[in-house]
Amino acid sequence: MTNHWIDIRNADVILVMGSNAAENHPISFKWVTKAMERGATLLNVDPRFTRTSAKAHLYAPIRSGTDIAFLGGMIKYIIDNKKYFEEYVRLYTNASFLVNPKFKMPGELDGLFSGYDPKKRKYDKSSWSFQKDEKGLIKKDSTLQNPNCVFQLLKKHFSRYTPELVSSITGTPKDKLLKVYDIYSSTGKPGKAATIMYAMGWTQHTVGTQNIRTMAMIQLLLGNMGVAGGGVNALRGESNVQGSTDHCLLYHILPGYLKTPKASQPTLKAYNDKYTPKAKDPMSANWWGNYPKYSVSLLTSFFGKNATKANDFGYAWLPKLDDGQDASWLNLFDEMYKGTFSGFFAWGMNPTCSGANANKVRLGLAKLDWLVNVNIFPNETAEFWHGPGMKPKNIKTEVFRLPAAVSFEKEGSITNSGRWAQWRYKGGNPPGQAWPDAEMMTELYYRVKGLYEKEGGVLPDPVVKATWDYGPKGPGGKIKHCDPHMVAKEINGYFLKDVTIKGKPYKKGTLVPSFAFLQADGSTSSGNWLYCQSYTEKGNMMARRSRKDTSGIGLYLEWSWAWPVNRRIIYNRASVDENGRPWDKQHPVIRWDKAAKKWKGDVPDGGWAPLSAGKKSRYAFIMKPEGHAHIFGPGRADGPFPEHYEPYECPIEKNLMNAQKFNPAIKIFSPETTTPLDVVFSCDPRYPIVASTYRMVEHWQTGVMTRWQPWLIEAQPQLWVEMSTELGNLKGIKNGEKVLVQSARGQVEAVAIVTDRFKPFDIAGQTIHQVGLPWCFGWVTPPDGGDSANLLTPTIGDANTMIPESKAFMVNVLRKGV
Amino acid sequence: MKLTRRTFLKISGATAVGIAASSLGFDLSPLESYAATLRKDLKSAKETTTICPYCAVGCGAIVHSINGKVINIEGDPDHVINEGSLCSKGASMYQLSAANPNRLTKPMYRAPYATEWKEVSWDWALDEIAKRVKKSRDASFMTKNAKGQVVNRTNGIAHVGSAALDNEECFMLQKLMRAWGLIYIEHQARI
Repeated sequence: MTNHWIDIRNADVILVMGSNAAENHPISFKWVTKAMERGATLLNVDPRFTRTSAKAHLYAPIRSGTDIAFLGGMIKYIIDNKKYFEEYVRLYTNASFLVNPKFKMPGELDGLFSGYDPKKRKYDKSSWSFQKDEKGLIKKDSTLQNPNCVFQLLKKHFSRYTPELVSSITGTPKDKLLKVYDIYSSTGKPGKAATIMYAMGWTQHTVGTQNIRTMAMIQLLLGNMGVAGGGVNALRGESNVQGSTDHCLLYHILPGYLKTPKASQPTLKAYNDKYTPKAKDPMSANWWGNYPKYSVSLLTSFFGKNATKANDFGYAWLPKLDDGQDASWLNLFDEMYKGTFSGFFAWGMNPTCSGANANKVRLGLAKLDWLVNVNIFPNETAEFWHGPGMKPKNIKTEVFRLPAAVSFEKEGSITNSGRWAQWRYKGGNPPGQAWPDAEMMTELYYRVKGLYEKEGGVLPDPVVKATWDYGPKGPGGKIKHCDPHMVAKEINGYFLKDVTIKGKPYKKGTLVPSFAFLQADGSTSSGNWLYCQSYTEKGNMMARRSRKDTSGIGLYLEWSWAWPVNRRIIYNRASVDENGRPWDKQHPVIRWDKAAKKWKGDVPDGGWAPLSAGKKSRYAFIMKPEGHAHIFGPGRADGPFPEHYEPYECPIEKNLMNAQKFNPAIKIFSPETTTPLDVVFSCDPRYPIVASTYRMVEHWQTGVMTRWQPWLIEAQPQLWVEMSTELGNLKGIKNGEKVLVQSARGQVEAVAIVTDRFKPFDIAGQTIHQVGLPWCFGWVTPPDGGDSANLLTPTIGDANTMIPESKAFMVNVLRKGV
Repeated sequence: MKLTRRTFLKISGATAVGIAASSLGFDLSPLESYAATLRKDLKSAKETTTICPYCAVGCGAIVHSINGKVINIEGDPDHVINEGSLCSKGASMYQLSAANPNRLTKPMYRAPYATEWKEVSWDWALDEIAKRVKKSRDASFMTKNAKGQVVNRTNGIAHVGSAALDNEECFMLQKLMRAWGLIYIEHQARI
């Protein structure tokens, strides 16, 4: 979230789209309700009438996978009706930038942007660039009239998204479309704010990134970024998925969103040069210009005294990806299926139920030599070898099932969706021999290290030289128990030498006050620069619990700690005019105090004076090298503007928007390459129904934690599938009957819920039915409770993130025994 | 094991009496007596604060424990986000505690082609995993790629997880996996 949960109360309009917050983030509705009490309007767009819809002032149905068409129509509406906040757009976005005249758009190129290579299924992005003057500065037209400026290109691109065409693609009645557009765009003026609450309903598509980008563009056009009650707010679904992402348990990034090194970067210098952007414009803060300070501080936290200037701080020891190599989830399980891995850790995860095309995942596990599963309850991953269709006597995989402590049986921090890192304490002992995860990691660290010290092996250096200073050391230099405070301090970072910064001395061994103090010369460490300031000499900032709120807008600056540097609303330099006066006088996030020459309110996105101060100021969007938010986003794989493409597995023959049926930049997994399970059947009469997966309040994710709880399993004991009354009649299925839901990849048994919550869609004269089912069940427990809906989902991912498309695929539903 | 609410209460130390037909058609007395015991125990229990382990709203809760045994968990009224409220999962947090007999309590091992689990010691399990990590790493480690570029990576081990871990554990875990040379490191955020 760019904003945070309590801030929702400051919104004038709330759009819930791509999520069902009332069901899956129930307490968020405390703040949605507070906003509604002060007159806010709640809009909900969803394929199904959900618990969120029931609370909304206006519900509009949408066929799964057509969000870009829906939102693209809103961009057209905003421009045609001059609903945009022009001053904001001009000051803070790249709308005025002039684009390379060679750049061409889908309206001109049959659904493609310029530079497409059909063989590689990739774009050459050289024409997706800005025009520059002789000094290397980007050319701009602040009147927004130049036909090559971003604003005019945007207008031209989305002029094709007429309400009539959008309605025929999305199945949303035209009057509802226009009503949503009208209400939402009413916030495109100073003093009004609208927020978006989205979740996996937007990410789990082959166009997931562009779904969110379309919304971000709307928020920029309306001046809703950086302000109270605004922002682009991802409702993250796991208690610490924000923190685990920040610490980068992901193949492509290192803690703090630094890049995983590539084979073409043999030295630290080559690596830093590649990822440190340069800005020619003196008013650009270009925050990523600090990259080497963060990368070197990360290396010193990894390797301690073994990281020296002479050895590039141990850079060579970091594993490198081949250039262009994608080791993300779908590729990982593709490699597993092919037999690439002998060993696999599924640590606090149940991929046999959570992974798309779960049959492929389950069969993949049987190709391993060994599997380690750490969890608090029995689950379908550890037990896969005796699951449905498995013959244990034919499965070689050794399995280690390790019992873990639950969250309140250990101490540490987690980061919520609003970026607040909150400390939690040990409230009780784990049962039997269950251990905190950190103790298992510690033991594995020492035991593997011990083997390399004793026996040698291939490149032992990173194994034996990585530090593990997480507690008082006993005999042999080993820590006895892991102290989470020591880890939190390493993440924050230390001064490794006595240094003087800006005239102030800092002692070796003391904690770094904030990331502004980190250095690229090896004199500081920080395991994650974004968390630098979370644990300082003043104490554990994450454990703070002051209920004092002097902001008046619910920032609670002394409750826990938020990254970065306790900033509660990011991009807040855009919440003010050129002179530092808040657009919204009632809900100011920051304001410039002329007399004191400083900002008041939230922690500003940098302390520079407001824009009117000229060269003493900096542009608002400090993480972008040009300092302006990207309405034109040349960094994406599939286009600088979003374009509607159909889901990879879809019900209609022709994309009504353009000649490309599905996203031209996605990676295709052919059923001939790895497994026939990678099949999809679009427009196939055997699988005529659109399906989507979702969650319910009583269960969580794959249900591993909730299916073993009597209170919750009593409330929701088995898998169901929701369908419209019309589809029920068509298929002869009655409410409560057992049915089979089948896709090209698998099937599940479920109880039919025949309901008016789903309605058939009229898509250009064709009736399209949609069903939905939760993915929280599995065969291990409860007995006859059904299995994972991910047995049905395809192996296909978003062009930018490779997040699987689990929200739009094709199935059939039939009565059991027919 | 099949577990109903009633047997769960019995196991978790509450007074359970046999079902007698009442005017409601079911018997509330075990629940009533559980509540009565709980009220008494809460007075002497230790309170620690926690954050809910489910979605990422980050609601606060209070854990009541006596001598390390969790007896109750409920919403934290002082928490600025949830102000004491919890959803049905959050309100059931107590059933994640050691009182739930379904919790895993022992390291287990399944040998190749075996049809059953075998109980093992931590010491044995950790030693055996360490040996396998080394063997897989040594066998699959790539110092240079096909182009002759230094890559220093372990191609033969993959890792997934976890958004359910604390920040400190996430940091330690990625450090450990990267020190071993893994590149196939993924978790819930990708799906």
